[in-house]
Amino acid sequence: MKDYGFLYRLVERARERSAFLFHFNAGACNGCDIELISCLTPRYDVEQYGIKLEGSPRHADVFVVSGPITRATRAPLEAVYKQLPDPKVVVAIGSCPATANVFCGSPMIEGPLHQIIPVDIYVPGCPPRPMAIVEGIAQAIHKLASTHSAPSGEQR
Amino acid sequence: MNLLKALAALLIFPGLLYAVPMGWLMLGIERKLRAKLQRRIGPPLIQPFYDLVKLLAKWPLPRAAGERALLAFFPVLSIGAMIGAAGLLPVFRGESGFAGDIILLVGLLEIPPVCMVLAGYASRSIYGEVGANREAALDISCNIPFFTALIAMAASAQSLRTATIAIATPWPVRLAAVLAILICLPVKLRLNPFSIANAEQEVLAGPLVEADGRLLALWEICEALEWVVLIGFVVTIGIPSRTGQWWIDAILFVAASLVLVMLLTLLASGTARLKIRQATQLLWRSSFVLATVSLGSAFLFRGN
Repeated sequence: MKDYGFLYRLVERARERSAFLFHFNAGACNGCDIELISCLTPRYDVEQYGIKLEGSPRHADVFVVSGPITRATRAPLEAVYKQLPDPKVVVAIGSCPATANVFCGSPMIEGPLHQIIPVDIYVPGCPPRPMAIVEGIAQAIHKLASTHSAPSGEQR
Repeated sequence: MNLLKALAALLIFPGLLYAVPMGWLMLGIERKLRAKLQRRIGPPLIQPFYDLVKLLAKWPLPRAAGERALLAFFPVLSIGAMIGAAGLLPVFRGESGFAGDIILLVGLLEIPPVCMVLAGYASRSIYGEVGANREAALDISCNIPFFTALIAMAASAQSLRTATIAIATPWPVRLAAVLAILICLPVKLRLNPFSIANAEQEVLAGPLVEADGRLLALWEICEALEWVVLIGFVVTIGIPSRTGQWWIDAILFVAASLVLVMLLTLLASGTARLKIRQATQLLWRSSFVLATVSLGSAFLFRGN
């Protein structure tokens, strides 16, 4: 990787060591949500990597989406995605946002997620295991850390 | 107080150069110790610094210029007020301050909550407004016992200088007053049983709901400084004697501050969030009663 200097290295390190998550439930059955929450418990303890669940999308770096985007959640999903400040990454938790899962073809479903917002990391599974979610978030943070270019354009 | 000493207090020891790293250390200790108490590993002590660097490196959201200036004004004002308040803390023996400096100190301590209320309303978010409402209600109900206790101490020391109040207040008054102030401390720091205004999930961090990237970084610096200054204020007012050796006084001040941080963390990790009615009730029933007792004994002591 190209070396830009001390400040860039510091920012990269800080981004790798500190990630705020915002979790969006786009019609999930609560299975993936429970698995995500269990990552914060003493057993998996993601706070040791500086990962924290935030209440407000304005504070967040990682946008975690679960569920097969239903018609009612599409507009809020897009609004909330625009509320995250750049640089940001999107992690799709479970099979639903990846493929719409068993709901594929339903008229109530607007998913899969990549048709609505750009997705960086998929964590497959129904629901995925907590360690898989931690690994997915770690990969997302790694991607986030080296984002130094200008914003993608949707926030102008 | 000569100018050079005042500048040194403002910029170096209890002020800027000490307060900012110490604030990060205090927040780091709070998170690490809370994790340890919950049998987790927890983030490294340097975590608040990483959070700050990351937040400063985020790109700003598009906002109207006036709105951005207004939203940035509140945390900057609070940070300035907190540094000024840190400079007024009488840590050493030689410091006599100036007549009435406790009034200035208390006024400066009040600026961050007021700014947070205003920022909550300025955010134009319903969560920000609810958070600001809660912050205002809690701030008023914890300030009445806080001021009553300070008035009791000032009345019994017969002075409005912070240094004189810290040293000359007799023990019966000091004990009740410092206990009343100690109960107010977690309320002012928005710590767990009283983390009602900045509840992360129910009101989405309350007044800070719209604070993105750099704005949130400014508020985090402000929070770190609030920890140092409020805890430092309680320590300087609670410890009645100064040795006269400047380095022993400084070490005692830092050590007592860190012990207080650990006690606050213990409280925060051992309790769940109260409702606002329960919190105000608790303040009136415990802190206000203690403050009234100290005020009563202060007037009894003034007779002799």
